[in-house]
Amino acid sequence: MTLVVAGAAAVYTLRIADDCLVLSHRLAQWSSWAPALEDDLALTNIALDLLGQARGMYARIAELDGTGRSEDDYAFLRGERAFVNCQLVEQENRDFATTMVRQLLCSTYQLAQWQALTASTDEQVAAVATKAVKETAYHRDLATDWTLRLGDGTDESHHRMEHALAALWPFTAELFESDAVTREVAALGVGPDPGDLRPEWDAYITRVLGDATLTAPEVSWRPTGGRQGLHTEAFGYMLAEMQHVHRSFPGVTW
Amino acid sequence: MSEETPAPLWEVFIRSKRGLSHNHVGSLHAPDAEMALRNARDVYTRRMEGVSIWVVPSAVITASSPDEKDSFFDPAADKPYRHPTFYSIPKEVQQL
Repeated sequence: MTLVVAGAAAVYTLRIADDCLVLSHRLAQWSSWAPALEDDLALTNIALDLLGQARGMYARIAELDGTGRSEDDYAFLRGERAFVNCQLVEQENRDFATTMVRQLLCSTYQLAQWQALTASTDEQVAAVATKAVKETAYHRDLATDWTLRLGDGTDESHHRMEHALAALWPFTAELFESDAVTREVAALGVGPDPGDLRPEWDAYITRVLGDATLTAPEVSWRPTGGRQGLHTEAFGYMLAEMQHVHRSFPGVTW
Repeated sequence: MSEETPAPLWEVFIRSKRGLSHNHVGSLHAPDAEMALRNARDVYTRRMEGVSIWVVPSAVITASSPDEKDSFFDPAADKPYRHPTFYSIPKEVQQL
């Protein structure tokens, strides 16, 4: 089943919700696999924060698109091509360094986004954003801390961080893309145009990477398409894992 | 990671609300105090248990020895007059 939402505000909100849900599931995949119990809980705590943010947004989208669909419909009954998350959040966990670099890049973006959304003309979105700002500030803090430790750590950790940056950096360009949808919601005051979040993101990331003795790679490859439902290969596998229980046993609860 | 030396152990104390004292809630591993505090937040305050956290390196705690239990604690056993049971406590006092 393909579920498509109508209206710029609904599409815009869906992008934010899908970013949260997909990143949440990626982090949840660390459950019981993290290097230590303490890290296991830290990552799954972030996953739960993101899941809560996604739920708040899906509830709003169901009203915006007039369908009244449930959160489960959005999470479990859409195919890959109906997800409009950016490709950065769907990238595989690989190692702890990759997970932390992805978190730093994502949380820095999301924090700027939520901060702007607290002033949204959509009161429900503003309410979710107000709660999300505190949560995301902690996510960014944790990712920053690990980036400094691992980047400016041992030869091995530094090498892994450089490797992770090289793999993930190309996907950051997509975060700041503007299109007809983002321009319309920005004009309506619903939310920021992603392009406007770039200066703050650049300043923070540049400072943290510098302190961590890391350098952002020069890249010419800038993959895109997530906002139109085009995703990288790994996403299909993740979605199959995430959705299979719900699809195998429709309506199951426990 | 299991083949590596585990990070030092820290004892975690949490104050559940203003006005109460910090209580020992458990321990965790962390390479330094900053990370210990962060880990304590993630491990021990997930259900709104606290408003303040202390972390203390387990190594700096001097503990009484089980061997000294008799000489340490038994002498207090027959001195009930040390309990202020003869005071009446106002109902309004929630915590004492």
